[in-house]
Amino acid sequence: MATENSKALPEGLDIRVAGENALIIYFGEQTSPEVSARVQQAVSVLQNELADELIDMVPSYASLLVIYNLMVTDHLHIRNQIERLLSGLGSAENSDGKVVTLPAWYSSEAGPDLEDLARNAGLTTDEVIQLHSEAEYRVYAIGFAPGFAYLGEVDPRIAAPRLSTPRQKVPRGAIAIADRQTAVYPAVSPGGWNLIGLCPTRMFKPEADPTMPVQVGDRIKFSPVSREEFLEAGGELPEGVA
Amino acid sequence: MSQNISSSEQNATGFRVSQPGLLTLIQDAGRFGHHRIGLTTGGPLDMQAYKWANRLLGNQPGCTALEISIGGLVLSAEVDSWIVLTGAEMPLKINGKEHDRWHAHEIKAGDQIEVGFSASGARAYLAVAGGFQVAHSFSSSATVTREGIGGLSGAKLQQGDFLSCAAMEPVSAMRLPEAFRPDYSDQITLRVITGYQQDAFSDYQKRLFFSSEYKVTDRADRMGYRLEGPEVKPAIDGILSEGICHGAIQVPADGQPIVLLNDRQTIGGYPKIGSMISLDTARMAQLLPGSRVSFEEITIDDAHNLHCLAHAHFERVQPENV
Repeated sequence: MATENSKALPEGLDIRVAGENALIIYFGEQTSPEVSARVQQAVSVLQNELADELIDMVPSYASLLVIYNLMVTDHLHIRNQIERLLSGLGSAENSDGKVVTLPAWYSSEAGPDLEDLARNAGLTTDEVIQLHSEAEYRVYAIGFAPGFAYLGEVDPRIAAPRLSTPRQKVPRGAIAIADRQTAVYPAVSPGGWNLIGLCPTRMFKPEADPTMPVQVGDRIKFSPVSREEFLEAGGELPEGVA
Repeated sequence: MSQNISSSEQNATGFRVSQPGLLTLIQDAGRFGHHRIGLTTGGPLDMQAYKWANRLLGNQPGCTALEISIGGLVLSAEVDSWIVLTGAEMPLKINGKEHDRWHAHEIKAGDQIEVGFSASGARAYLAVAGGFQVAHSFSSSATVTREGIGGLSGAKLQQGDFLSCAAMEPVSAMRLPEAFRPDYSDQITLRVITGYQQDAFSDYQKRLFFSSEYKVTDRADRMGYRLEGPEVKPAIDGILSEGICHGAIQVPADGQPIVLLNDRQTIGGYPKIGSMISLDTARMAQLLPGSRVSFEEITIDDAHNLHCLAHAHFERVQPENV
């Protein structure tokens, strides 16, 4: 359609219509720390320059959804502004995200899928724990539920598909793996990820400021702790874990 | 927050919930600017009917009101105030006597207000002079039960809840002439802007989608409306998870479209053929399971024009004073 104009943009950006008052900017087909850094850079530039015209933004792995106020602007104007603002940007390889260390009590008690995951991977549980805790992850996206941060990427040896039957109740603090993503469940919710441990850090506190310990672009390390250390750090044992 | 309200209830004026109905939610215009921590928007499914409820009392446009799904709400007044009921055809009774909807009514402390079950449409809006006074969570009073955020405690109304509001005269007290009231007929055409992964749908798949009739299933709620009809298959199964806007139509592997609404997840990985305009998500949200719909493709320019025309129309219509 004529309105889906695919004018070549600098840096291989692609801007498409998403909805009545939303455009989506694609920064690449796949994600990577570089692509993710460019998404973050765009969030901060657009936030600074277009705050009066924007209602909200949703950064994700390799895209940024921009929702604008139809009473003050329109899709052509917003698209032009985005092209102008993003074409002048240099490379965004220097990510300014902070490093956040999250305690992790890895065990079969805390992570009911740890043993199955290890068996399917042909590894010992200690090897799974080592591979999960020695990597540094990046927060690629926040969504699904308030405070749910998608972290990537786990070592391919411990990547595991989602459970065929999701659990009705995943406990708050559950550390989980799905494919090459990992996450800490911010609240009790249904979920189909493989549970390998528990984190005592609250990932979403509605009454706190900031409400989350991490934001998109930050880097995460998991630091193994014992059951006692987990409890001392304020961790709560979920139902069924004595 | 809700604790503060209940501790100060003794001197407070407002309404006591005698019966909460099936699903009654405290809503303002919605929660914006918090997608980055995963919070969705919430807010009224039928923005048009919600806006009229506030307007007929002269309230500010974003005042907190009640969204009543299906019906069954009974309130008892502990305040002298004014109310309006708009939206779905739920019979309004005050002290047992039927009263007109889309019409401001004076209420005295001790009055009982009953909102019956709907004859047509699914969502009604009850506004009160000055709006209900509800503490904000993340800059809004909108209730999103999936997140446990907003309203009195993140949940739907419960029996015994107290809805605080000031004893005051409305800025204006009006009725909308019948000629301007919407009808919630159940065979409608919904306008869609193609976008997102539309290229992943072949011309044949798109023609199928835009020429077929779909049925509203019973999996239709504030998160999204799941429709049932001819399967539309995109060339891809999934995408890298990305932001989902209001009205986006995602098509999972079973080929059955889901229109995502106010309580949707903020990101997701299903291919999307485009998005429905908000005027039409409002109409769709008035449909009950079993209703039939079809889609019409429009351009983004048409969508902008329709939005601006609807806004101008809303501003221009002059309700009558009561």
